[in-house]
Amino acid sequence: MKELSLHILDIVQNAISAEAGEVVIRIEEDTAANTYIISISDNGRGMSPEVLERVTDPYYTSRRTRKVGMGIPLLMHSAEQAGGRVTIRSAPGEGTTVEAMFVHDHIDRPEMGDIGGVLVLLIGGNPGIRFRYEHRKDGRTYMLDTVEVQEVLEDMPISDPGVLKYIREMIRENLAENDII
Amino acid sequence: MTKIKSLADLKKMKQDLQSKIALREKSDKPEGRVLVKVAMATCGIASGSKEVMEYMIDELDKRNIDAIVTQTGCMGYCYAEPTIEVTLPDNEPVVYGYVDLKKADEIIEKYIRNQELVEGIIPVNYQTIEKDKEE
Repeated sequence: MKELSLHILDIVQNAISAEAGEVVIRIEEDTAANTYIISISDNGRGMSPEVLERVTDPYYTSRRTRKVGMGIPLLMHSAEQAGGRVTIRSAPGEGTTVEAMFVHDHIDRPEMGDIGGVLVLLIGGNPGIRFRYEHRKDGRTYMLDTVEVQEVLEDMPISDPGVLKYIREMIRENLAENDII
Repeated sequence: MTKIKSLADLKKMKQDLQSKIALREKSDKPEGRVLVKVAMATCGIASGSKEVMEYMIDELDKRNIDAIVTQTGCMGYCYAEPTIEVTLPDNEPVVYGYVDLKKADEIIEKYIRNQELVEGIIPVNYQTIEKDKEE
């Protein structure tokens, strides 16, 4: 994956497959501590200890369409290449949290990329899921909650292309204004 | 255009949005919308499916084509990503592989607008297997 936002898009697909009703994407950049942490939590069906043990194996997947599952291994590779690591916590019925830590100033840490575009695709493709996005950088924060957006929209569909265009613009404006991206 | 920076700004744009949505909902055959599914698994994302999906959403909207663009998991054609499945009203779904933005434009103009098949179709082999079982 060329950008961290694409890893996020990929890992969230696992949460969607696990029938999550809520997905929380947290990004925490701390330049003083030199850390860049991405955490994706869901309230989906979670994994048993046996599955959790095998989830980092690229030749293991719960899907039937193919025999490989590259999402987590690629994220691990990316984090480890940038001096970090991936930790996964999961339990059946309690959901899953995937946390990837990168060394902030590591030359091999990929750029975040178009996180606004990624969020909009996730929101538009999965209007029934509540997405919460929190991006902190050195004390500055931007947060988005699709429940709040839907309250403003009332009966207007959040997945409408016109609505999505405005949401994408709102995320990009806020991230730029707060000097987060 | 006014910049949208907050939910309050988004609320202000509601009227503009509502008129566009109402137009779509008033279309003659709401059940006759085009359905586009973009495969969005690791293989697709690594090959550029995000850009393809954004393009399809934006361009179908710009060209006033009544369509639903959504995402799906891996369809098993990892070698041919990005892949998209297009279902025209009253037609069987057609899967296209190796879809870049140029191909996406061709699919919109030729297949979605004029029902002309475009090069790059992936034969849907599971249907053949099902047929074999029945025979």
